[in-house]
Amino acid sequence: MSLLRAEGLSKEFGGVRAIDALDFEIQPGAVFSIIGPNGAGKTTLLNILTGIYRPSAGRLWLDDRLLAARAPHEFAAAGIGRTFQNLQIFFNMSALENVMAGRHLHERCTLAAALLRAPRLVRAERACRSRAAELLAFVGLDAYERSAADALPYGALKRLEIARALAAEPRLLLLDEPAAGLNPSEIREIDGLIQRISGLGITVVLVEHNMKLVMGVSQRVLVLDYGRKLAEGNTETVRNNPRVIEAYLGAGEH
Amino acid sequence: MSAQLAQFLLSGLTVGAIYALVALGFCIIYNASHVINFAQGEFVMIGGMAAASFLGAGLPLPLAALAAVALAALIGMALVKFAVEPARGASVVTLIIITIGAAILLRGLASIVWDKRIHALPAFSGEQPIEIAGATLAPQSLWVIGVTALIVAALWWFFNRTLTGKAILAVSHNRLAAQLMGISVRRVLLVSFGLSAALGALAGILIAPITFTSWDVGVMLGLKGFAAAILGGMGSGPGAVLGGLTLGLLESLGAGYISSAYKDAIAFIIILVVLVLMPGGLLGGRATERV
Amino acid sequence: MLALIAGVALLPLALANNYHYEIAILVGLNAIVCVGLNLLIGYAGQISLGHAGFFGIGAYGSAILTARYGWPPLAALVAASAAAAALAFAVGRPILRLRGHYLAMATLGLGIIISIVVATEDRYTGGPDGMSVPPLALAGFTLAGERAWYWLVGALLVATVWLSLNLIESPVGRALRALHGSEVAAEVSGIDSARHKLLAFALSAAIAALAGALTAHYAGFITPGKVTFLHSIELVVMVVFGGMASTFGAVVGAAVLTALPQLLTVFKEYEMVVFGSVMMLTMIFMPRGLVPTIAALAARRRKAP
Repeated sequence: MSLLRAEGLSKEFGGVRAIDALDFEIQPGAVFSIIGPNGAGKTTLLNILTGIYRPSAGRLWLDDRLLAARAPHEFAAAGIGRTFQNLQIFFNMSALENVMAGRHLHERCTLAAALLRAPRLVRAERACRSRAAELLAFVGLDAYERSAADALPYGALKRLEIARALAAEPRLLLLDEPAAGLNPSEIREIDGLIQRISGLGITVVLVEHNMKLVMGVSQRVLVLDYGRKLAEGNTETVRNNPRVIEAYLGAGEH
Repeated sequence: MSAQLAQFLLSGLTVGAIYALVALGFCIIYNASHVINFAQGEFVMIGGMAAASFLGAGLPLPLAALAAVALAALIGMALVKFAVEPARGASVVTLIIITIGAAILLRGLASIVWDKRIHALPAFSGEQPIEIAGATLAPQSLWVIGVTALIVAALWWFFNRTLTGKAILAVSHNRLAAQLMGISVRRVLLVSFGLSAALGALAGILIAPITFTSWDVGVMLGLKGFAAAILGGMGSGPGAVLGGLTLGLLESLGAGYISSAYKDAIAFIIILVVLVLMPGGLLGGRATERV
Repeated sequence: MLALIAGVALLPLALANNYHYEIAILVGLNAIVCVGLNLLIGYAGQISLGHAGFFGIGAYGSAILTARYGWPPLAALVAASAAAAALAFAVGRPILRLRGHYLAMATLGLGIIISIVVATEDRYTGGPDGMSVPPLALAGFTLAGERAWYWLVGALLVATVWLSLNLIESPVGRALRALHGSEVAAEVSGIDSARHKLLAFALSAAIAALAGALTAHYAGFITPGKVTFLHSIELVVMVVFGGMASTFGAVVGAAVLTALPQLLTVFKEYEMVVFGSVMMLTMIFMPRGLVPTIAALAARRRKAP
């Protein structure tokens, strides 16, 4: 049974098809990468998978059940988390609070309890805080626990977004170019982090330009070009696919 | 068309033209600086009050009007130089509060320099009403509508045909890129605030013979101008004109057919409905968030 | 928090006469409004230029229910606040989808509509002349005198600040701050941003209405002046002046901008000039507002002794 299945997914912007009748399936537990040249529709696809854009046509299934969510927060509640290509950090909060905000789905509290600081809430908050601290440590940011988010360097912010997304305990985590703008040693850390996330049983969808990272961590790769599927398969198949080499890898690596 | 309806339409167009001028002022400053200038209404007040006092000092009307517009433009430029420039980098809300402070300051100054009485300007070309489709129209209304039409045409020419106008548009689209192209953002700000203030003052002078003027007329006129600019879509010049005329007509028709006490309320209810249905105003583009 | 309690408790030592008490009470009532409004503007990042409307619903609602229908003041006060919250809830649903200046316009329009209704329905409200309001009374005991009112308002202010601080440090408060920081990131973290904006809007409206009702009962008289666009602007200015996203900033902003005009009456006709100048200069030199700027200064001094 696939975790996520898309059928005939399309998205038009004023007549331009950014995503064009796309079918794919993501198996649970895998690292599923989406690659393609700039403008291929990768981020548009992630935006559809998280409810930020509504598809012009097509359907999505989660666990073979039609995904009926409408607003992005409902996609999150269904178990889909993500990070952003251009950072979307809560810069008005501390690093730890960013991650605590990520636990929102697991911290339901009533307005009255919040206003009156009910004892149950105090306990829940303590648990939330320590869980958030664990996650910061998990992504290697324990040193920044008390820092304001706007005091963190760029590479740390990338990992802070991952920690925040993990805090929601997603089943499917979408990473939008987590290595962009990072130096080689930071990219190696991201590589290791993705493998550890995958090791937790979380299915990862990776959108990335860094081919070394993609080919190293992925079980399956989907190649997009002009919003259409150019190829799909394991890293070996994709690497040797002549159409992929011609359209994409050819220009980049050789 | 009934004479009554024609009457409402004509008076709606007159007041709508004034709103359009004020809205254009909001729009020009917003485009150049992303500031909502809540002192915009005070320029309208300064125009009317200054013209009345220059006239009282013995200047002929055209000269008094010119001097009043020039004075407002100078104050507008002083506002940008001494209040907006020094606060560069502050948040938009902070800048808005600064302009509110400036509005209070200007209102206070006006009440001291002039007085707290109501003043009037004589109509530019007599009071003999003109009859159109059974409705009567004061000649001053023709002045208001005509001058507004001229101004709109002149502004179109300025922003599309002159280098300074294009520079202002460039800054509004992309400040950094404009700067790299050698456009002086400071000069653009100066020109936009001066121009907006002059537009406001002109509106104040045009309307003063019809509605009179006093030290505190700026609040309501500024508010209506802002509403018109938003209704049309903030930052859109044609939107400001359309918004102004729409608001004027709504008020006039609402006052005529429904309730004069509730004319402003009717206008604002319709603005609310328009905004809910078209969150970017009548002519505003739908901005999509890029993530 | 302790500083606030101490301030409220010790302030009477500095208050020489009833006029001073009166100013302190007005400061307290405005501070209550601003602490609520700051939840919306400072924390959730949603502007409202119409909160004087909710203040007015509280004031006139409670005034009309007590004076015209003989309701007990406490019940009227609660009903009026609930009505303001209900209106905010109903209107907030569609308009809180608007952003930035468009939201400012929509809330402004709402405030103006309320003020026009108040000024026009003179059968109920007394129109522009205003109406008198019965004093606050509970079970035969009437709250009278500046000192009694001072302690009531002081206690309510402390309570409002406490509730507000609790809220900010709760999951709800984090959600509000998160949607201010990045609405899209808040949504994909599972935060229902529409619901939380609505919550902050309705809560701040209820608080403004409560303070409005108390103001009406305290003054014994209410005019449409307190419901105008200008009063809405004043409230926002207090919040920004004191410092956005700072609960104590809201209190300080309300205190300075309520007391300042009273002090400035010595300048007579120059009052507005001085007031406008103070506003401009403060925002030019302390763009983040009074309290955050001073806090940052103090922190820097502590770091570099």
